[in-house]
Amino acid sequence: MKGVLAAVGLLVGLLVVNGLLTGTLVPGVSISPYFLQVLCLAGINITLAVSLNLINGFTGQFSIGHAGFMAIGAYASAFFTVTFGDSVRKAFGLLPGFAGDSIVLLIGLAIGALLASIAGFIVGVPSLRLRGDYLAIVTLGFGEMIRVFILNIDAVGGARGFAGIPKLANFFWIYGFAALAILIVYRIVHSSFGRTLIAIREDEIAAEAMGVHTTRAKVIAFVVSAAMAGVAGGLFAHYLMYVNTNSFTFLKSFEIIIMIVIGGLGSISGSVLGAVLYITLTEGLREFAQYRMLMFSLLLVVLMIVRPQGILGHKEFVTFLTRRRRSIGEAPGTAGNA
Amino acid sequence: MTTFLQQLVNGVSLGSIYALIALGYTMVYGVLRLINFAHGDVYMVGAYVGYYLSRRLQGREPSMVSALLVMIGSMIACALLGILIERLAYRPVRRESRLTLLITAIGVSLFIENAAQLVFGPDPKFFPSLAPHADFIVAGVRLTSEQITVIVVSMLLMVLLRLFILKTRTGKAMRAVSFSLDASRLMGISTDWIIAVNFALGSALAAAAGVLIGMQIPKIDPLMGIMYGLKAFVAAVLGGIGSIPGAVLGGLLIGTSEVMVVGYLSSTYRDAIAFGILIVVLLIRPQGLLGRVQKEKV
Repeated sequence: MKGVLAAVGLLVGLLVVNGLLTGTLVPGVSISPYFLQVLCLAGINITLAVSLNLINGFTGQFSIGHAGFMAIGAYASAFFTVTFGDSVRKAFGLLPGFAGDSIVLLIGLAIGALLASIAGFIVGVPSLRLRGDYLAIVTLGFGEMIRVFILNIDAVGGARGFAGIPKLANFFWIYGFAALAILIVYRIVHSSFGRTLIAIREDEIAAEAMGVHTTRAKVIAFVVSAAMAGVAGGLFAHYLMYVNTNSFTFLKSFEIIIMIVIGGLGSISGSVLGAVLYITLTEGLREFAQYRMLMFSLLLVVLMIVRPQGILGHKEFVTFLTRRRRSIGEAPGTAGNA
Repeated sequence: MTTFLQQLVNGVSLGSIYALIALGYTMVYGVLRLINFAHGDVYMVGAYVGYYLSRRLQGREPSMVSALLVMIGSMIACALLGILIERLAYRPVRRESRLTLLITAIGVSLFIENAAQLVFGPDPKFFPSLAPHADFIVAGVRLTSEQITVIVVSMLLMVLLRLFILKTRTGKAMRAVSFSLDASRLMGISTDWIIAVNFALGSALAAAAGVLIGMQIPKIDPLMGIMYGLKAFVAAVLGGIGSIPGAVLGGLLIGTSEVMVVGYLSSTYRDAIAFGILIVVLLIRPQGLLGRVQKEKV
């Protein structure tokens, strides 16, 4: 009951903030479109970072193919809304409006998430048997292959990109799904399955010896993570109204990795912090134009040398402030993962 | 058949470039267990140093001597760059987890790419021709002098590297360090020095590859290292990472199959084929074609 109330409260709150930001609630009160866009992209990044952290941070499997799943979600959901959007509205007897748009968007995102998770399964089953660097390079390879295959599908524009996607996503949906992603990952990590994942991260061989079906657990985590990346991709497509395969190169995967590494691998609030910091820094340094990425990459290297576990490390934000010792998922005396 | 032979020649010359870069990956991975993402960018810097050096020599007639000078100059510059990268970025985090090293490498790679866009300018540059150009027709197959140079020079460098590793004291130490870093330190080998030598040699080979690609495909840009670097890494893994003959074999395989896919299928799949082969090989033979099986110790 408390959970339902909290959820309703969150949704209403998001709707109010959405109205305030876009100027539909109180006439004259709104923020600049540029700032709103930065805010929305930050929200999408939060979803991506939190979902990738499930596999990279909590399960300890280094995957660099997240952009591929995001691409699948983006293209699949966009293809659905462009092709079938009107017939869905008609089937529900709804005019183009908030209700109709929401249903179309939700079905589109569900399709995107489904296809991304299927792809996650296909990629995960063979590659998660590999370890460490091999897994990293294979996921990178799969991510690039997904991109190349989408590039060769003419129905979604090929190299021209996919234009004419209706603008269905907004602040409300983006942050609603970001909250959902945080909730899902939080619940997973604090369940017995979450402890399984953390056990795999800490010592895969020991976990296997204790009777954990490691490949199965890893694949489940990977599929869930891919599905969330698919949703983020769908939101991305329906917010910017145009997608191009160039947005989903492995550099995008690197970006997401940078976010979770800055915040701290294995920390949900760390991922949120990392995503927000990343976008703040990249946008904030925009006036330095060409020096922006230079400073950013330098910052990353310096951070790795000075504080390799990221800002929060394994800890969550609250524990980071109050108790400085240990927190969820960190056995006493261990630091980092191999 | 002639078309096939022609593609094969093109593939081998592209593959030699991949092989040269792959050697650097495999050598660094052998000692540090690190995917040196910045290696592809060292290759790019090599091409640019070659470009600026050859502009200096432009008054002269194109000749083999000036080509040689450019290549050696670029190799020295990149060897220094490689040592610098290792000293400033990788050494401080060498004892941290593998993931930290990997992310540092990604950071260094992004840094070099962006610095290169500032220093060299983001637009592609056109490599001046260094050596006199000639075409040879053998059994209906066209061989350009650039292709022959690429193949001969890269084979020569690989043989030299192999001799260095097998016949010299430093080479012996390199093999020992890649076998076990800690044990070789205990035996009195200066591991820091050997790691620096690894970076220097690998980077010099990448620089040679950069100059060779400049001679063959005369368009260079600051982001050219990304794809070449990735494919060369794939080649190194394919052949069995840590194995030097494996890197050469992997490079030739990736180069040939890429040219074949472009020739017979579609050029849009050229970047997918390398990864496709890699995935299949890793699933069947995770240690790579010529790699050693590493037993996992509990």
